[in-house]
Amino acid sequence: MVNNTLLSLITFSPLLVIVVLMFTPKQMVGTIKTIGVLGTLLPLIMSLMLFAGFDYSAGLQFIERRDWIKIPIGLDQNGSLTFFPIRYEMGIDGASMPLLLLTAIIGTLAAVGSWQMKRRLREYFILYHLLLIGMFGVFSAQNLFLFFLFFELTLIPVYFLLGIWGYAERERAANKFLLYNGIGSAILLLAFIAIFVQLQTVNFGELQQVLTNPDDPLSGYLSPEYRYGLFVALFIAFGIKLPIFPFHSWMLNVHVQAPPPVVMIHSAILLKMGAYGLLRIGINFFPDQAYEFSVWLAVFGLINIFYGAVLATVQKDLKMVLAYSSISHMGMVLLGFAAMNSIGFQGAIFQLVSHGLISALLFFIVGVIWDRTGTSTITELGGIAKSMPFISGVFLAGALASLGLPGMSGFISEFLALMGLFGAMPLHAAIGAIGLIFTTIYVLRAVLRAVYGPTPSRLTRLADAQPMEAIPLVVLLGVIILIGIYPAVLSDPLQKTLDSIVPVVTGIGG
Amino acid sequence: MDANNLFSVEWTYLRPEMIVLGGAVLLALLDLLAGRRLPRQLFGWLALVSVVLAGAAIWQNIQTVGQPIGFMADMLRIDSFGNAFKLLFVSGVAFTFLLSFSHLQRDAIPHHGEYSYLLLIGLLGAMVMASSADLITMFVGLELLSLSSYILVGIRKHRLASNESAFKYVVSGGIASAFTLFGMSYLYGLSGTTNLHEMTSRIGQAANSGFGAMVLISFVFLVAGLTFKIAAAPNHMWAPDVYQGAPTPVTAYLAVVSKAAGFALIVRLVLLAYGGVLTEQGQSLLLTELSGYLSIIAGLTMMIGNLMALRQVHLKRLMAYSGIAHAGYLLIPFVSLTQLSFEQVIFYLLAYLVGTFGLFAAIETISRDQRTEELKGFAGLYHRAPVLAVAVTILVVSLAGLPVTAGFFGKFYLLMSALANGRYWLTAIMLATSTISFFYYFGFIRQMYMRSGETEASVKIPAGAAFIIGVAALATLLGGLFPGLPSEFIHQHFNSGFDLGGIMKPGE
Repeated sequence: MVNNTLLSLITFSPLLVIVVLMFTPKQMVGTIKTIGVLGTLLPLIMSLMLFAGFDYSAGLQFIERRDWIKIPIGLDQNGSLTFFPIRYEMGIDGASMPLLLLTAIIGTLAAVGSWQMKRRLREYFILYHLLLIGMFGVFSAQNLFLFFLFFELTLIPVYFLLGIWGYAERERAANKFLLYNGIGSAILLLAFIAIFVQLQTVNFGELQQVLTNPDDPLSGYLSPEYRYGLFVALFIAFGIKLPIFPFHSWMLNVHVQAPPPVVMIHSAILLKMGAYGLLRIGINFFPDQAYEFSVWLAVFGLINIFYGAVLATVQKDLKMVLAYSSISHMGMVLLGFAAMNSIGFQGAIFQLVSHGLISALLFFIVGVIWDRTGTSTITELGGIAKSMPFISGVFLAGALASLGLPGMSGFISEFLALMGLFGAMPLHAAIGAIGLIFTTIYVLRAVLRAVYGPTPSRLTRLADAQPMEAIPLVVLLGVIILIGIYPAVLSDPLQKTLDSIVPVVTGIGG
Repeated sequence: MDANNLFSVEWTYLRPEMIVLGGAVLLALLDLLAGRRLPRQLFGWLALVSVVLAGAAIWQNIQTVGQPIGFMADMLRIDSFGNAFKLLFVSGVAFTFLLSFSHLQRDAIPHHGEYSYLLLIGLLGAMVMASSADLITMFVGLELLSLSSYILVGIRKHRLASNESAFKYVVSGGIASAFTLFGMSYLYGLSGTTNLHEMTSRIGQAANSGFGAMVLISFVFLVAGLTFKIAAAPNHMWAPDVYQGAPTPVTAYLAVVSKAAGFALIVRLVLLAYGGVLTEQGQSLLLTELSGYLSIIAGLTMMIGNLMALRQVHLKRLMAYSGIAHAGYLLIPFVSLTQLSFEQVIFYLLAYLVGTFGLFAAIETISRDQRTEELKGFAGLYHRAPVLAVAVTILVVSLAGLPVTAGFFGKFYLLMSALANGRYWLTAIMLATSTISFFYYFGFIRQMYMRSGETEASVKIPAGAAFIIGVAALATLLGGLFPGLPSEFIHQHFNSGFDLGGIMKPGE
């Protein structure tokens, strides 16, 4: 088979930018910014090429396989070492392609949003591009090992970005981030090695084949209890990233302390890695166990929805409102997974993409407001619509998208997730639908209070959006509306892939 | 191929030991006859030359030795197991000398003559430990290493801290030696031989004819004594104090060479002496009951090392606890013996060697520059020496076991063997404590990148330290990107003739 290198080019193109930046003198601030921002166009353009060339009727595509590492696993009869080859395997399918494209878009827009950064710009952009490599890699990796490496690769840059460029309590937030995600990664590694040791393969396709086909000779190696244990381990590991209710506190700190572009990346992409992992590795490989566990998925989803929503209504800081809103929206993803059917999964992935776009938009605006006013406390704001009509308008539109206004991406994703769940667990779905009302309350409370109302005198002369700020706003809002009115742009590529997961699930569950 | 008398010995295979011994004797004579008249760096260079020559001789042995060669009824045994460890020791001691040059220059270490030949004698002891298959020579090697280390730790005799740590080291080392010897005496009493290969079956017989309790007692005493050298629980307490008081190159030497030598001795002794003991079900006792004891030690060591390291601000104490934690990890392949345990231990030791030595070289540079041995000396390093800071970042990330570094694969292999053997709770402890270790290893990163130092002046890095740090960082990265290369090398060159008792014969 001919190797397609496009995914590798996308993934490692930021490396080129890193090398160029390393040789740029750090006094040349303008040049560094320009390289840092324009550099993100490389993966974006290639991702768009990939999107254009994506074959809707095929499953896994853009495949690349190369020999890479040989792991010694034992000795043969002659006493020579037998190796297990771990290949460098990249590929993409309908579930990962939208997320890869999302990463490329947000990657560019958050870089544009980094235009305002002031300190240590060269290091900032080097780390930023390192983070991009990790994120692209996670969505293109086709085996557990590579997935884990890229997953871990995102950890170190975020630690730095948070710890150096964050707000006042940045180091505490960075440590907490490291601790929680370190535990998550440790559990993930444990589960991966357990799978590898038992089944002697790490390739996604082979694993799915072995684990979901009862006739496969290797399938008997794992007892149902063992599988259940693995699934729960994966659920916890990815649940920390997602984040699921008891493991969420690190994420609040990150959202409040990180600089705005990093928060954009974090809430738009990094949280999604948890959900993507849960689907790709957890549910895809252990459908029976996921089905058994699906009630719990729904319960955790509901807890997330209500916990996030209730707490979001009492927050004073816009960032905290958005952070809790993220928790609430991630609950909707869990509901979609819990449905265990095609519509539910579709809703979950729609929600991932949609929330990625919306939260990036909202956090970007909060960053802009902070830049102008030096505050993100709701009660200190108010009436900024008079001086910043454009930004305020987009802010309101983003808020409406977030609460699920029809015609925007938020609506279609929540609608699909709940519809899927109605088929499986009507009661849970009905409760989940009530959560949407809370969303309306907290979103409107926060945004209307901040944007409209009487204008305090010190907020009367704020500048509206600069061109560099307008680009991300327009692009994000445009994509949100595009998905809202023409969801086929997302659902068409998804269909084929979901078909390959879903029959396995429903075939057993009935 | 056993030789019966001294004349039929194939002395050529003993060249590495002879070179080291010759170097030590030559240096001692030079020091005695012309110590004051010679330039002080000369001793260091001469010693380094003999270490490099010994390394070349070991390399030659690796190429030519196929089957193990025993000397004087296995008093010494040249086999791939020993050769692999010897290469580690030689590179460790070479690094130690490189690191010492700046020390010697500044006169921070008096008695440069003694310093150089004592290091060589310690190396000889370590080499004997790794290649003896007899209790007597094993103990002689152990004592050679220990006694020379006691003096090395206290070589700055006008310093109180140095004296204190030397004293602590002697006392606790003496107790540990007594424990070891006591355990060995049981082994001899039960088997009537000091030869480990003969012992394998005899201890097995003794255990089956009603002396099982005695076998256990000997095991407990032996292990209790030997945990001292590798700084594992319950004999780890000396490490922080001794590391703190010793000159930095000696600390690095203790943390790497001495520890690796301890592992070499434990592996051979325990596998050979107890490999023949079977339970009633016909399983090896090493895989059942004894590995249970070892896993308790491993678990405790990991927890103590990592938890205590969290609170350290003194760099050498931090490294001491980090070393304790790594000793705990290194006991895992022991607990879950597989055909690959040997490769895993060597790979991990290699990753540990480069990581630890690189970091010690950085610590030495920083503490000279900042006149403090505390972690805050690293503050703002990124602004003062960006390349050094990036190299240190690679090293600590490797020691923490994150990809893509050699340390990650070291841990990956250990985890793999532990899981394949169903050692779930040990695996859990390892993962949990590794996560804890992120905290103190990232402490370096926090200081270097996120704190501002007292000055912005660039750091002057001595050539020896720069060389070590460069090699270490590069090796760490390469080991992480292409871990197959060292594994394959280890296997190709060291696995043939690897005969440690019945459990780990190839092809099983």
